[in-house]
Amino acid sequence: MAQVVIRSLNKKFDEVHAVKDVNLDIRDKEFVVLVGPSGCGKTTTLRMVAGLESISSGRIMIDEKVINDLPPMDRDIAMVFQNYALYPHMSVYDNMAFGLKMRKFDRADITKRVQEAAEILGIQELLRRKPRQLSGGQRQRVALGRAIVRHPQVFLFDEPLSNLDAKLRVQMRVELKKLHDRLGTTAIYVTHDQVEAMTLGDRVVVMKDGFVQQVGEPLELYNEPANRFVAGFLGSPAMNFATVKVSQQDGSIWAANAGMQIKAPVRCADRLGGYVGKEVTLGIRPEDLHVASAADPQDLGFDVMVEVVERLGSEILLDVAVGGDMMVASVEPHIRANIHDRMRLALNPERLHFFDMSSEMAI
Amino acid sequence: MIEGASWRRWVFFYVPLTSFIVMLLFPFYWMLVTTVRPDNELYRPWNAPNYTPFWTLHPTLEHVRDLLTETLFGTWMFNTMLISISATAISLFCGLLAGYALSRLRFPFAGSLGTMIFITYLVPQTLLFIPLADIIRNFKLGDSPWALILTYPTFLIPFVTWLMMGYFKSIPKELEECARIDGATRWKAMVYIIFPIAVPGILSAGIFAFTLSWNEFIYALVFLSSPEQKTVPVGVTSELVRGDVFYWGELMAGALLGSIPVAFVYSFFVEHYVASLTGSVKG
Repeated sequence: MAQVVIRSLNKKFDEVHAVKDVNLDIRDKEFVVLVGPSGCGKTTTLRMVAGLESISSGRIMIDEKVINDLPPMDRDIAMVFQNYALYPHMSVYDNMAFGLKMRKFDRADITKRVQEAAEILGIQELLRRKPRQLSGGQRQRVALGRAIVRHPQVFLFDEPLSNLDAKLRVQMRVELKKLHDRLGTTAIYVTHDQVEAMTLGDRVVVMKDGFVQQVGEPLELYNEPANRFVAGFLGSPAMNFATVKVSQQDGSIWAANAGMQIKAPVRCADRLGGYVGKEVTLGIRPEDLHVASAADPQDLGFDVMVEVVERLGSEILLDVAVGGDMMVASVEPHIRANIHDRMRLALNPERLHFFDMSSEMAI
Repeated sequence: MIEGASWRRWVFFYVPLTSFIVMLLFPFYWMLVTTVRPDNELYRPWNAPNYTPFWTLHPTLEHVRDLLTETLFGTWMFNTMLISISATAISLFCGLLAGYALSRLRFPFAGSLGTMIFITYLVPQTLLFIPLADIIRNFKLGDSPWALILTYPTFLIPFVTWLMMGYFKSIPKELEECARIDGATRWKAMVYIIFPIAVPGILSAGIFAFTLSWNEFIYALVFLSSPEQKTVPVGVTSELVRGDVFYWGELMAGALLGSIPVAFVYSFFVEHYVASLTGSVKG
């Protein structure tokens, strides 16, 4: 049992207010990912949970016990660092055993636990080696092993996969997921990679400029982003945005700009009602655009000019010009499209997003 | 390595390297030759028909024997060794802790303190010995090894501190943070993780400090007066030059024997030493 509760957490460095009023409730056995661009305060938050940064104000509780002033060693946590932080002068075995030795476990118990962890991670034959004799992926495993031998209450991961090459990263991501399912330890994971966040997290916390933007399950954030930042941050390629003016004609709500005129679906009409005569940001994901066919209603389509064609095999990404804006559409791989082609795209009315221009909040 | 035609290798590599080595080793060769040259050859005028400055056909160990039996050379060696080792030990201890604190702990004025320590290193010894002489006299330490054991750290501690500060900064701080999460106190993290990793840096700081104390001249000249308290550099130059009489054979034998411990220390630790100057810590 280990839930982590963060209340009104703030961190001020000399002039920078790095973490602003963060509140989080992390449930037992949950895998929570903090994601955001660099400098958003995610690592600082993690380091405060670890006890490596002092807390300017607020409280952090593990299992209802306030740990604000506990030194890192007494918090019963384990952390995996971006650069692995393996002790270069110790063998893999000693690296993994160090935490247990410091905690005065007896020798037999240490050996048993290290063997156990090595088995889980498939590194039994590396135990005698020094870190410099290991590949990146092996180092990563040792760092994980060092964390799991202690059976801590909470795992903290600080961008643990970002030093690996792309292929290995995907592989380790899967293993991390399996490991968490197997151990069931509460985990807080920091990354700037939204794919990692979406695939690993039971819940994802999106941060920007020290503020938590939104907390939720990955698909919840993807489908119902709370604001324009979350909408644009999650998803690759990123969501398309266009400034449109809201108007009311014939009892329906229309969103229009130089390149398009869209009839807002009934679902959105109520909420857009208050914006008649004003400008809003329209957001549409690349996969929610498709090449228009006769079946598509006229008022959900718009004409574009293709500027770049990226053939990825499973899909084609079209960079298209719509009026003055650029958009990316992800279309079926069999579509024939060339640069400077003119075509008509249609959008999925169920998947339209609208954001307030000034507050950037979802409408 | 230089690539291209072989003449380029000769011009840009072998020739400069050879001349450098010759220039570097010639004084030592001169010391050796003078040590084993018999007196009648040493004082032979340069225009004598059998004048051979660069070699001798009648090598003798007579000067070495004289140095060891007729002078207090053994005592000087012992003094120098005692003083150098003690001063190095004190400086390493203080410098290590200071270097660690200045590079790792966040406390008010850490930056300016580091600079101040560095500035003390810049004060030339030729100025500093004047006030120090007064202090030595007040504490009645004159003419004893303590005069040097306690004054050498004035220039060794800043030196070691700065060297170690740089070295500690090259060690990723995550290693220590990880150790502290693993259950080590700051002190234990320092002793079990940081210091073992810093061994090359500590060794080279120690070697430098040892060499600086071994070769130190001014303080030793000023603070010690009786022959049996002197160190090798001062003993050799003051006791083997009497007025305008230079006992060249013994002088050179003293210089040669006096450089052996330093050469020994260097060669023994050379791998670590080079590693600390050229390499960084890889996690």
